[in-house]
Amino acid sequence: MQVWDHFRHFMASVWDWFATSANWKGSSGIPELVWHQLELSFAVVLGAVVIGGGVGLVLGHTGRGGLVAINAANAARAVPSLALLTLFAIIPAISLKWGGFLAAFLALVILAIPPILTNTYVGIREVDTDVREAASAMGLTAGQVLRRVELPLSIPVLMAGIRTASIEVVATSTLAAYVSFSDLGTPIIAGLNTNNTVEAFAGALLVAALAGLVAFGLGVVQKALTPAPLRHQLSGLNRSPRGSVPQVAGSAAT
Amino acid sequence: MVGVDLLRSTLVGMVAAQPFFQWSYVTGQWSQIWADVVQHVSLSLLALAIGTAISIPLALLAWRYRIVRVPVFGVASALYIIPSLALFAILGPITGYVASYPTAEFALVGYTLLILIWNTVAGLDAVPAEAREAAVAMGYTPTSALLRVDLPLALPYIFAGLRIAGATVIGLVTVTALIGLGGLGQQITYGFNIGYYTPIIVGLVLSVALAALFDLFVVGVQRLAIPWTRTSRRARAN
Repeated sequence: MQVWDHFRHFMASVWDWFATSANWKGSSGIPELVWHQLELSFAVVLGAVVIGGGVGLVLGHTGRGGLVAINAANAARAVPSLALLTLFAIIPAISLKWGGFLAAFLALVILAIPPILTNTYVGIREVDTDVREAASAMGLTAGQVLRRVELPLSIPVLMAGIRTASIEVVATSTLAAYVSFSDLGTPIIAGLNTNNTVEAFAGALLVAALAGLVAFGLGVVQKALTPAPLRHQLSGLNRSPRGSVPQVAGSAAT
Repeated sequence: MVGVDLLRSTLVGMVAAQPFFQWSYVTGQWSQIWADVVQHVSLSLLALAIGTAISIPLALLAWRYRIVRVPVFGVASALYIIPSLALFAILGPITGYVASYPTAEFALVGYTLLILIWNTVAGLDAVPAEAREAAVAMGYTPTSALLRVDLPLALPYIFAGLRIAGATVIGLVTVTALIGLGGLGQQITYGFNIGYYTPIIVGLVLSVALAALFDLFVVGVQRLAIPWTRTSRRARAN
């Protein structure tokens, strides 16, 4: 019973934290922190789509650099995000730029490029050779084949890469609070440092909710962007024996 | 953790231009670095072992009984989506905050589940129907066919999942430095706290090296365990 009392007391404190109006106002208020995190994550994913997607499209279309493109995503998973974040955060020319935004942006964009590059490459390469040749035979130029045939047909795989990267970016951006940039990770870090379990717990609930919303929202976008005849593919598991980074429930798997 | 002399020389060194990497740090602090490597390896291997032990039975159940699939993938996805830092803060009040192995392991195992279950189910899905039908025709019960025919044939996928889970967990262990563990993550937070590149690079490079070693290890075990895939297209795809 003592455990239960303790738990009730703790949850009441967490509730109080949310009910405290000071936590909702000003530059360290919850709305501002949410905005910071979304701003950072969006900028990172956009940058990674431009760079990783661009390189993936070119490599996929030409069929070159396959070994690098296919293994980039898995290799990048082994790079500790904390190391990149801290490294950029102590380089004098970068550390304090734009309120710590630049250091976090650079570290995260490096981590987000590989999964997008790999999925773009795989998506383009998986387009049936017959379809590609038929398009060329009908007189489409290389650019038209890429834009009108390869790109639409690879959208399910491509969007899966963007979604996976986005989920990772939102998660990792909470670590940016440790080095330079205040976002929803800030109450967690502050709570851990000062042994304020209530603040850390409340911040964690917000982060978990935001991550869940982003995963769910991108699942909806993924479905909407996929050409109707390809939608059944979303429900199938990846059949690559190379192993695949899982799609979280809500879009696939179940 | 590190001698005062080193701290002072580092801070002095920072005023002047700091070299990107100093070998003297590695040689001088090797015993501490090695202790961090040992902790890093033990945190990772424990998480991967527990994750595999939980995931394979769950994947078999999820594959066999469709009704189990939704809750299994739902819970595994939730654990995968919630950022590690948030999981530490959610679990902290229950399992303890500071240098708590249960807190760290719960979160690390949570990340392996979706990866391992996903790939195992994909592997079971890819088993040719003829193999299963032949097993049934030879008198296997459904359960023994699952364990003795389907599961071995799914092994290439399971090993592939283990490689991804390994890379993920070995990289992620560094984050547990924020709750006082961290393995090589302690080198990273130390370097950050005093503004010194070398420990961060040591943590980064050794962590990636450990991930690469684990990957080679899994590939080696895979070749011993399922030699029939070695000459097939699958082995070359790896």
